[in-house]
Amino acid sequence: MSRLVLRGLTKAFGKLTVVDSVDLALEEGEFVSLLGPSGCGKTTTLRMIAGFLEPTSGTIEMDGKLISSPGSVMPPERRQMSMIFQSYAIWPNMTVEENVSFGLKLRKLPSEEVRRRTAEILEIVQMSHLAGRYPAELSGGQQQRVALARAIVVKPSVLLLDEPLSNLDANLREEMRFEIRRLHDEFRITTVYVTHDQAEAMATSDRIAVMNAGRIEQVDVPHLLYTRPRTRFVAGFIGRTNLVEGRLAAGEIAFDGFALKAAQLADRVPVEAGNRPILLSIRPQSMMLHRTPPDANGRPVLPAMVAERVYLGESWDYVVRPRDSGLRLRVAAPPLQVHEVGESVWLEMDPHQIAVVD
Amino acid sequence: MRADSVTALPKPATPARAGGLLDRLRNIEPVSLLWVVLIAALLFLVAAPLIKLFTVSFQAQETGAFTLSNYATAYGRQRYLDALVNSLTLGLLSAVIAIVLAVPMAWAVSRTDMPGKGLTWGAVLGAFVVPPYLGAIGWILLAGPNSGFINQAWRALTGAEEPLVNVYSFPGLALVIALHSFPLVFILVKAALDLISSEMEDAANIMGAGPWTTMRRVTLPLAWPAILGGFILVFLETIALFGTPAIIGIPARINVVTTQLWQFFEYPVRVEVAAAYAMPLLLVTVGLIAVQKLILGRKGFVSQTGKGGERRMVKLGPFRWVLFAWCAGVGALAVVMPVLVLVQASFAKAWGRGLALDNFTLRNYALLLFEHEMALTSVWNTIWFSAAAATLAGAIALLVAYLVNRRLVPFGEVLGFLCMAPFVIPGIVMAIGFYAAYASPPLALYGTATLLILAFTARFLPIAYANSQAAVRALHPEMEEAARILGAGRLQSIARITAPLLKKSLLGGWLIVFIVASRELSAAVFLVGPRTRTMSVLLYDLSEAGNFEVLAAFGGILLAITLVLVAIGMKLAGRDFMLRRE
Repeated sequence: MSRLVLRGLTKAFGKLTVVDSVDLALEEGEFVSLLGPSGCGKTTTLRMIAGFLEPTSGTIEMDGKLISSPGSVMPPERRQMSMIFQSYAIWPNMTVEENVSFGLKLRKLPSEEVRRRTAEILEIVQMSHLAGRYPAELSGGQQQRVALARAIVVKPSVLLLDEPLSNLDANLREEMRFEIRRLHDEFRITTVYVTHDQAEAMATSDRIAVMNAGRIEQVDVPHLLYTRPRTRFVAGFIGRTNLVEGRLAAGEIAFDGFALKAAQLADRVPVEAGNRPILLSIRPQSMMLHRTPPDANGRPVLPAMVAERVYLGESWDYVVRPRDSGLRLRVAAPPLQVHEVGESVWLEMDPHQIAVVD
Repeated sequence: MRADSVTALPKPATPARAGGLLDRLRNIEPVSLLWVVLIAALLFLVAAPLIKLFTVSFQAQETGAFTLSNYATAYGRQRYLDALVNSLTLGLLSAVIAIVLAVPMAWAVSRTDMPGKGLTWGAVLGAFVVPPYLGAIGWILLAGPNSGFINQAWRALTGAEEPLVNVYSFPGLALVIALHSFPLVFILVKAALDLISSEMEDAANIMGAGPWTTMRRVTLPLAWPAILGGFILVFLETIALFGTPAIIGIPARINVVTTQLWQFFEYPVRVEVAAAYAMPLLLVTVGLIAVQKLILGRKGFVSQTGKGGERRMVKLGPFRWVLFAWCAGVGALAVVMPVLVLVQASFAKAWGRGLALDNFTLRNYALLLFEHEMALTSVWNTIWFSAAAATLAGAIALLVAYLVNRRLVPFGEVLGFLCMAPFVIPGIVMAIGFYAAYASPPLALYGTATLLILAFTARFLPIAYANSQAAVRALHPEMEEAARILGAGRLQSIARITAPLLKKSLLGGWLIVFIVASRELSAAVFLVGPRTRTMSVLLYDLSEAGNFEVLAAFGGILLAITLVLVAIGMKLAGRDFMLRRE
């Protein structure tokens, strides 16, 4: 049985629909990210799951029981969830230990068990030596660890995280990503993680739900989200890509100045395809440049010319133009592979890495 | 395409009914009930007295029938009309003097390298803390035409017959009021000057303006809305003031609106006429507060960009000592001199004989503390009325601020509006409203502690509300949500998280209300009964009796209590807790 099910979940503030019929199901122990630009409705969705907001329509079920519907919302305190907030919301009037043990005491556990579990979790997040400190005496990263410990120690049915790393500096953010994933692997708590940072979502999640303008565009494992984006938005939002418009006719996809065999994209091009326009997403990393015609091994190879280049340190970023075409394609190449602007090159594509998008 | 791009959902495990009735009841929050309680309390405290004031002004005394005769009586005599004119003139004059006193001080503290800024702050705080009627009594001792110390010294020095200064005059009255109310201007203007970045002045300097031209043409015009705002506040404070005009004005035969209202309350009490007569005071206040809001609310004019830019102090050279002398002089006139003569008089057998060992006595204090039948009772009354009002106002204000801030109830703004409404009602007008609404049956609260506590609560609700509002707004809602998601209910998380976090600022607000309530006179004087006299009212009674030594001793007790409270407040809530701009 799914742990958490969102069914047609919608939230409108006045005329503004912020979350628009979102469907999502989380399995027990699954880590799912809601990923999207700011204002896409991901935090609103999370706050509805937590019970802080009432849905305008649609429902939320937990373990098969209805917990949110218009007009009836089980209050947050009865949901057995826990949440990590963007501001951490560590209570400044309590020590680290008091913060962490707060939820356990509310559950009226024997004080011996409260002490044991608090000590255990502080050990796990490496905060034991700071148990007596007040939050004002902690760094941002340490506060984050307290927030994690406080949320996990109660063994929640669902753990909610609202952009928990956005207030940390870049290095710490990377460290905490792995920390969050490590804790998930250890405790297997069903988790919903809201973020606008795709690297964060990729590093932590089992599956990612990409949201845009209140709707979920695609839910997939990180790898497929990158290699098989289904919509123009997802292809553009996750990593960089070239979106190329073509026309499908008679087993061929015709582009401006060149063509691909439809058979090479057989699993992605609809069988019943007639004469119709088609949009492809081709990642810069999926193409290669050659000085001489390569042994293509059946892959499409096009003569092209280097139009622009930028050296980024970790790679070259080339913009190439296929011969007799107005298209400009972005291609990534290793740092030692140097081509001058205006040079003729051969462009090799990998059909397996080309995605067909809406 | 979209349909298969999301995970297929499992079949609903429970039929998709919208929760049983029991579930729905369990999910209702208790705040709706609270809303009803609060709106009832606010209607009782704020709306009902105002409505009653309005209706009673159109009612005949005996029959309650509709009549315009109250207005005819109230505005039918030259003496009453003169009082109206006097009030307006006095308000204007006091406001002008307060501006002249305070603007240089504010500029000096905010923008220059004048020495002794701490002392200047002390003078401002002192003028704010000393109750106005005590300052008035101090000034009678200083500038009474016959035996006032200044005039005694003047005669001794010059051999002149005529007094140098006379407090029992229109300018004297205006100066004494301004010396008490200039902190209002100081606080507003300093806050505005603090926001002006040095870069604005630099921009003028680079184009060739010297420091004086810059101040005159750039800095002061930017602070202009604040100066005007301060002017309006002092004007309103003056026309609503009772104590000082009563203590100085009545002997000087200067009749103003507030003292005239007091006379309508002398036997036989004519509430209906007083209500009609209070209308201009109410209308002028409401109108000017609206104007002031408009002036201070115009963004783009008030400079808001000061935070980023560096702020350097203007170097004044030797002139800084001139400014310092100005600030010290105002401090001496407003605080040091009146307080010194009061303390001296309180320990004197005859205050006019000045400091001398054979003139020293503790008799005045002893009389008040051990023999006077009302003195100790009034101290006790003051403390517990003020504490009760501060607690009540604080509780209402906190609950309303919370409901409004967290948007927990529909029409929360109505609650907030009612909390702020007394801000535009002069205390004396509110007192007449309370008298009209609750003094006589069915409630028959006249002369009870309840009436005074309720009136104080209503009167100072805006202070408490502004304080709670700021405190609640500063508290991140996630603090509370973190407690709720971990299993604490709404009320439990308020008790365990919100309340402890707000403790300090709420305590500060409580103390402010307590302090202003403990010296309140203009409402109290209309509402006290024989057994519910407060210190301020008893002080006024003593001033009518004319025994200045005992009066000064009682003032000393009042001042000592106030100082202890202010000291506690500073310790708990920060040095500037009384002077923060609301």
